[in-house]
Amino acid sequence: MNRTKTLLATTALTVAAGAVSAEDMANSMTIVSWGGAYQNSQLKAYAEPYAAMHPEVSISWDESSAEAVAKLRAMNEAGNITWDLVDVEAADSIRLCDEGLAMEVDVDEMLAPGEDGSSAEDDFGDSLISDCFIPQIVFSTTVGYRTDMVGDTPPSDICAIFDLETYPGKRSLNKRPPANMEWALLCDGVAKEDIYDVLATPEGQDRALAKLGTIKDQTIWWTAGADTPQLLADGEVVMGSTYNGRLFSAIAEQNQPIGMLWDAEMLDFDGWVIPEGLPEDRLARVLDFVKFATDTQRLADQAAYISYGPARASSAPLVGQHAELGIDMAPHMPTDPANATNVFVTQYAFWSDYRDDIDAKFQAWLAQ
Amino acid sequence: MTASTTDPEKAAKGPMLAADGTPLKKSLSRALRVQKLRALALVAPLLIFVLVTFIAPIADMLFRSVENQIVSDTMPRTTKALGDWDGTGLPPEVVFEDAYYDLFVAAERKEHTRLGSRLNYELTGASSLFRKSGRGLDELGEVYQDQFKDLDKNWDEAQPWAEMMGSDDWLAKEAAWEKGERLPKFELRDGVDELLPRTAEQYAAFATFTHNDDRKSLLKEEPWSAVHTALYQDLAANDYSGYSGPHADMLKAADTLVASPDFQTLPFKDGFGEIDKDWLEPGIWRTLKLYAPKYTSGYFLNSVDMKLTPEGVEARPQNERIYIMLFKRTLFMSLVITCSCILLGYPVAYILSNLPSRTANLLMILVLLPFWTSLLVRTSAWKIMLQQQGVINDVLVWIGLVSDDARLTMINNQFGTIVAMTHILLPFMILPMYSVMSTIPKTYVRAAKSLGATDWTTFWRVYFPQSVPGIGAGSILVFILAIGYYITPEIVGGTTGTFISNRIAYHISTSLNWGLAAALGSILLAVVLLLYWAYDRIVGIDNVKLG
Repeated sequence: MNRTKTLLATTALTVAAGAVSAEDMANSMTIVSWGGAYQNSQLKAYAEPYAAMHPEVSISWDESSAEAVAKLRAMNEAGNITWDLVDVEAADSIRLCDEGLAMEVDVDEMLAPGEDGSSAEDDFGDSLISDCFIPQIVFSTTVGYRTDMVGDTPPSDICAIFDLETYPGKRSLNKRPPANMEWALLCDGVAKEDIYDVLATPEGQDRALAKLGTIKDQTIWWTAGADTPQLLADGEVVMGSTYNGRLFSAIAEQNQPIGMLWDAEMLDFDGWVIPEGLPEDRLARVLDFVKFATDTQRLADQAAYISYGPARASSAPLVGQHAELGIDMAPHMPTDPANATNVFVTQYAFWSDYRDDIDAKFQAWLAQ
Repeated sequence: MTASTTDPEKAAKGPMLAADGTPLKKSLSRALRVQKLRALALVAPLLIFVLVTFIAPIADMLFRSVENQIVSDTMPRTTKALGDWDGTGLPPEVVFEDAYYDLFVAAERKEHTRLGSRLNYELTGASSLFRKSGRGLDELGEVYQDQFKDLDKNWDEAQPWAEMMGSDDWLAKEAAWEKGERLPKFELRDGVDELLPRTAEQYAAFATFTHNDDRKSLLKEEPWSAVHTALYQDLAANDYSGYSGPHADMLKAADTLVASPDFQTLPFKDGFGEIDKDWLEPGIWRTLKLYAPKYTSGYFLNSVDMKLTPEGVEARPQNERIYIMLFKRTLFMSLVITCSCILLGYPVAYILSNLPSRTANLLMILVLLPFWTSLLVRTSAWKIMLQQQGVINDVLVWIGLVSDDARLTMINNQFGTIVAMTHILLPFMILPMYSVMSTIPKTYVRAAKSLGATDWTTFWRVYFPQSVPGIGAGSILVFILAIGYYITPEIVGGTTGTFISNRIAYHISTSLNWGLAAALGSILLAVVLLLYWAYDRIVGIDNVKLG
């Protein structure tokens, strides 16, 4: 038994030549993610290859990303951090960073440079939206519709959501303000570049809510990303917003009669944060894993399992085919030039300031 | 100790004695005490468990609804200085000065953003204002740091600073320190806090941070720019021509530089204005002043749709009011759910208690079956049943009761929540009812009938009053469970069927406004206790039976 372990450890050492000495690293790691197809893509693209190189490491998964912010705060207060690496949305990473719950990351030092020779910082570019955030994927919130319920003129414009005459029937929208408010203003005639200025004023917020009010009694408000694909599949709604990967999976993997819009898609990032205050051996292991899991090839590999775009620019040319369906994944990426003709990039600074305020108004408006 | 050594004389005088000779009273009370201790020891594990895992966390959570120390802890000088400000216009320069020093240290310790998110609950924009200021404050101090550095590069070196500010004793210890050891506690040189009061204070703050947070030697780390700012203020305020301590030439040269007309200065107010013009608006300062106290009523006011303002308490604008309405809705719907559980559960319990036990047990399994199914599965099943393209609507359309384009909306509203929650909570109503009903002797009913009562009179005058304690127990269980439910309303409630608990969950897990969540939770707890008290008054808690 002991000999096997030593043998395994030696193999691992040889494989990971050049890394920090493996003895100083913890041999177990708890990774927190979202569960489902997304976590599976991380397992396949990052964790399994890493485990093959380091057989001594055992990785356990916790599907708690939805409550990660609150749980990390509770762990921090209790002084007992049991997580090593946490997958969160970019907006949450700002929150965690502000609260001192996530570790600040030196991108160039801790992450691998791009395979095309660019530095890590240049390669990740705009996706580095907070000092604590290690980006993985670009995803977008966009609109899907029932192809058999929209007649001969399938929608091509985001404002179809508000067009009850041409597209009668129920819609499903997120129960939180982001994306809804921007779309409402855009379709109320506000120029795209002025939207956040308008949304910063109480009048602008009322205007957006008034526009949403025109479809309020025709809208089902969702709280989970899986809701809209389900509602579309059941024929409960004619169109609805959700994450692009969910729509891809409903269309390509489940062959539902669903089409999707890329118009005015809301681009957003998802990535890792490392909890603040990890002991040295665990931190060393996490850093070793993260460096591997966010290199150019690994990010490109993930796109074979789910239609979210890699956060590195250098990964884009390496995006290949779907692991099971064999279709080219590049045209299904939210960042593909053909799709990204009219995009919103989520304004994190804006939402971190206005989220509490607008959410209070939005919820009060919903409840009325 | 031995209890049997008795003095016969003493015993004769004393009152009644036990067999071993000790006074009976004493012996009895000892026996009782032992009994009590044993009883306490038996319940102790549970008592401690409940205290540690239940009472203490709840108390801690509720305490957060008034706790507000973060403001005065992060900005101690500013909150004190704001106490003297009358709240009109902008605060005086001295408040900006205090805010600069407070925020500088907070930014180094990365605590300023926490304060920013705290204040953002009260003032939109505070979050990014503080985040931005953490970076901007450095530039304010660099105005002085750069000028001193250009004069003499020693002003940007660790060693001369340490020699000027630290005591000789401490310097010797610090020089002898090696990595891995404990750093010697910083001591100011004698008299330096009178000579250079601001500089000494800022250097001490820097020393504490470098030792405790960075764990580095002060002989290696050059001070941050707040120390240079403080130095400028000291030099501008006093005359140092007579100074003869360490690095006297350096200090005197700096004093001359500060006195020269070429020396650039930047008032704190202007510096803050350069970071963000919001600092030159009264809003942020008024909010800071308002939330300076260690305890605040702000969270409780927010949770009843009011807000704290410098002018006193006022109601929120109409389009932001939500909590009172949600509290009312939660109570109303919980009541409806309890009533529908009584209506649906009573006949079931009645039949169960009157059937032969073999059949009753079989039916009981059907009642309990939902217990063994996941809550999420049961709730999602209702979605499939009730939605517009769902089972019930399909059947109604097929029968022809409802036309295809006018399908009923039965989910994502109050109706959906009431149906799903009634189903989920029904067993909690049936079980206590059943156990009470099965203790009612059947002879009473027969006796009533043999005395000539009709079926209805028998039921209403004889049977029903005896089953009331079961209804009482079931109602309390269902009502209290319903009032705190949030998963089911979240899934099937839409916008009109959500409860106050959904907002509490949102503030706990998404907005991280735990203070507000705690205040909402406290109110909910108080309402439940109040209702319990009223119930006890009206029905009497003795009339509640679980079997």
